[in-house]
Amino acid sequence: MIIDGKKAVWKDYQKEIADDRYYYVRSCVRQNFFPGSETAFLKIMREELNKDVYEHPCHTSCSGIGYHSDIVPVETTMTVVARQFAIMTEAGYENLMPSCITSFGLYTEILDTWHHFPEVEEKIRKQLKKATGREFDKPKNLAHASDVIFKFRKEIGAKAKYKLINKNTGEPLKVVDHIGCHYAKMFPSKGIGGAEYPYVLSGMIEEWGGQVIDYPERRHCCGFGFRQYLVQANRGFSIACSKEKFESMKPFKPDMIITNCPGCPMFLDRWQYVINEMEGKRYGQNGEGIPVFTYEEVAGLVLGYDPWDLGLQMHQTDCEPVLDKIGIDYSPEDKYNLETVSAFSKSLV
Amino acid sequence: MNKHVIVIGGGVAGLEVAGQLSNMGIEVSLIEKEPKTGGHLNKWYKLFPDRRNSSEVQSYLARIVHNNRIKLLTNTTIEKFKKGRGHFYVTTNNGEVLNADAVIVATGFDLFKSARKEEYGYGIYDNVITSADLEEKFQKGDIILKNGAVPETIGIIHCVGSRDEKVGNFYCSKLCCVTAVKQAIEIREFLPDSKVFCFYMDMRMGGAFYEELYREAQEKWGVSFIRGKVSEASETIDNKLTIKVEDTLAGRPLKMKLDMLVLMAGMEMSEGGVRVAGIGGLKTGENRFFAAVDNHTGSNRSNIEGIFYAGTCTAPMNITETISHARAAVVEVIDYLKDGK
Amino acid sequence: MASNKNKFGFDISLGRQINYDANNRNIAEYLFDKEPSMRRCIECGGCSATCTTAGFTTFSLRELMILIKRGETDEVYMNLKKCMLCGKCTLVCPRGVNTRNIIVLAKKAFQKSDEYAI
Ligand SMILES: Cc1cc2nc3c(=O)[nH]c(=O)nc-3n(C[C@H](O)[C@H](O)[C@H](O)COP(=O)(O)OP(=O)(O)OC[C@H]3O[C@@H](n4cnc5c(N)ncnc54)[C@H](O)[C@@H]3O)c2cc1C
Ligand code: SF4
Ligand code: SF4
Ligand code: SF4
Ligand code: SF4
Ligand code: SF4
Repeated sequence: MIIDGKKAVWKDYQKEIADDRYYYVRSCVRQNFFPGSETAFLKIMREELNKDVYEHPCHTSCSGIGYHSDIVPVETTMTVVARQFAIMTEAGYENLMPSCITSFGLYTEILDTWHHFPEVEEKIRKQLKKATGREFDKPKNLAHASDVIFKFRKEIGAKAKYKLINKNTGEPLKVVDHIGCHYAKMFPSKGIGGAEYPYVLSGMIEEWGGQVIDYPERRHCCGFGFRQYLVQANRGFSIACSKEKFESMKPFKPDMIITNCPGCPMFLDRWQYVINEMEGKRYGQNGEGIPVFTYEEVAGLVLGYDPWDLGLQMHQTDCEPVLDKIGIDYSPEDKYNLETVSAFSKSLV
Repeated sequence: MNKHVIVIGGGVAGLEVAGQLSNMGIEVSLIEKEPKTGGHLNKWYKLFPDRRNSSEVQSYLARIVHNNRIKLLTNTTIEKFKKGRGHFYVTTNNGEVLNADAVIVATGFDLFKSARKEEYGYGIYDNVITSADLEEKFQKGDIILKNGAVPETIGIIHCVGSRDEKVGNFYCSKLCCVTAVKQAIEIREFLPDSKVFCFYMDMRMGGAFYEELYREAQEKWGVSFIRGKVSEASETIDNKLTIKVEDTLAGRPLKMKLDMLVLMAGMEMSEGGVRVAGIGGLKTGENRFFAAVDNHTGSNRSNIEGIFYAGTCTAPMNITETISHARAAVVEVIDYLKDGK
Repeated sequence: MASNKNKFGFDISLGRQINYDANNRNIAEYLFDKEPSMRRCIECGGCSATCTTAGFTTFSLRELMILIKRGETDEVYMNLKKCMLCGKCTLVCPRGVNTRNIIVLAKKAFQKSDEYAI
């Protein structure tokens, strides 16, 4: 592999990411799947990077999950999204920062649609006004939360307590990055590094001391696919997608997987358990699974946050092998101690 | 005829035009931006359809130019361009001002920059090369991988940068199918133990003796042809490449490992041509090549009287067509100089 | 392997992909050797368009030959039996492929299962 060739591609896909004053929209499913991630993200943004991140309790699901499952018509979704824009506008913010990759893809798609079909935008404006009395400005800057962490990866690296390095061997950890499909496959120009060689997570891994693994099925979808997972009869296809990826990455002996989408860490994590139950197969070393993380969790670990504060006990594939490799200080007996977790959450409010 | 014609571009087309005009007693200045004339032909090993050595055509062109009094300006491009009363004033990058009665543009093509098809990893994966790179390997006589090993399985991807809306090229480059067939045969000649696979969207063998070459590749050399557009290539842990393609005629996706991938890069309007178009006010088509005034009866004529086109600066062409097109340009120029102005 | 349907309500789907490297292409090699005209096939479908059997069943000689070449021979043998050896395919083939002989030889190849079958 010629790394300079990749760097040349990365150069072609730079994007503008706002500096400060973000309006943050949460992901409905991430809060359930990996509840510590968004909390950790806000802590990093506000306390480590001193950024102004605004949240409003009245923002809703973007309804993307319904749109992608053929339940919610696109016009309804657009109106829901317009309402998020309205809340942002009312609060005096211009930089939209969604937590969810599908949301990010959806916002991008909607803004692009409005750009090409201004009459659709007009219609949605009227609908929103009629339904809620609200008006809105479109965001000046749209960046996914992982774009923002990418932007400040060096600052985070400078404050790091741990590096993605195996403390016993001194070797960088081998990290697989998995990018949510809706991050750049629909609009390659909106993703850092484009769609074929996305750099958004690789950049973090490199900066924090790890080594990026490029394996053949790197670009393959995790298999979530909304309808594919939601309908039980289709799950065989969903899990087969993840399995294809595991089989392909296994020879590279990855230490961990890092993701930036709600669905991917969920499925890459849970399906490892299911595959093991069904076929008795595990893909990590020493008969273990490959721990799967969100990028916020990894940033939190690097910054020295307590693994259980980050919600790592919610993972089905145990994360301890990686914690031990890095040499992270944690107390095994506190893994399921709700007291400490809530204390961390409380510290934010 | 006491006239002076400037020819821009010294590839097959420019050399043929210059030689023929000079044969007819016309004074010619040939402007070539590179240190050497010959254009792309210099890089090719053996030529389709009959696989003669490209040096034979090169020496024909050298002869026709050598036998004539042609003012050859290498390392030269044009900077300024002015049309007076039936006269053209061309300023070169060396500051020289040439005065001519007519101009022939023969700025040729550029090979499509294959790194733009990111999914194939040209410039990223160790053993992904282009058709032009392979010609160079043939010339050197060693078809080896980056690590020095001899490849056993080689895949050839057709239509790289042609017939592809994603890179803005709708057109077919017309001769990469036959180049693929020729190169597949040559690989098999060099490496008798190798297996070669061509992945095509359509086999466009529309030239004299092309279909015969295709048949020979199948029958004599056992080359496999699989109909489908390769969607992506990746590098495996053992430094091979794996590709994804649909075997469209079997109706199933297919994956396989290969040691080497050869990309049949298409032909695009040359950057040199784009510059000349800008300086000279010459019209280009949707495909970005120079647009002739009449596709059937005036494929050498430009939108400016007295400026003519020759060769692949107007469309993808093989050498046979390039030479015919160049000769046709000569006829147009002679006509113009005789009674045109 | 026992089905997981009872436990999870679904099984892991099997890939539809032709895994070229995992397949055995002995039968194709045998046919190329004994009937070299098969190499010339351009997969145009002339044979299967005119085929008596193809009109009434899912039999497609063109597709079967492709599957043999890829080493996907699981279904091929059973399908070959549908051919009536009428010879119409050979009559139309623009590349002069001796299709009828290919069918006869393919059946033979499958029968010599030790050496050639999958
Ligand atoms: C991979 C490949 C293999 C091929 N193999 C064969 C084959 O086997 N048989 C066959 O018949 N055909 C073959 N061809 C086609 C053949 O290469 C072309 O037909 C031929 O090169 C066209 O000649 P040309 O003069 O029009 O263009 P070119 O060869 O591109 O020459 C153009 C010349 O103009 C010069 N120039 C450009 N801009 C300027 C400027 N602004 N000022 C001054 N000079 C300038 C360039 O430096 C160059 O020397 C092949 C093509 C490809 C891509
Ligand atoms: S895209 Fe994200 S925020 Fe929108 S509905 Fe789906 S999970 Fe929720
Ligand atoms: S799942 Fe298939 S059809 Fe859908 S977007 Fe992906 S490639 Fe296209
Ligand atoms: S000649 Fe063949 S390879 Fe080249 S663009 Fe046309 S169809 Fe594609
Ligand atoms: S008619 Fe001949 S060339 Fe066409 S698919 Fe049948 S055997 Fe092949
Ligand atoms: S010989 Fe067999 S394959 Fe050929 S046309 Fe007759 S039935 Fe069809």
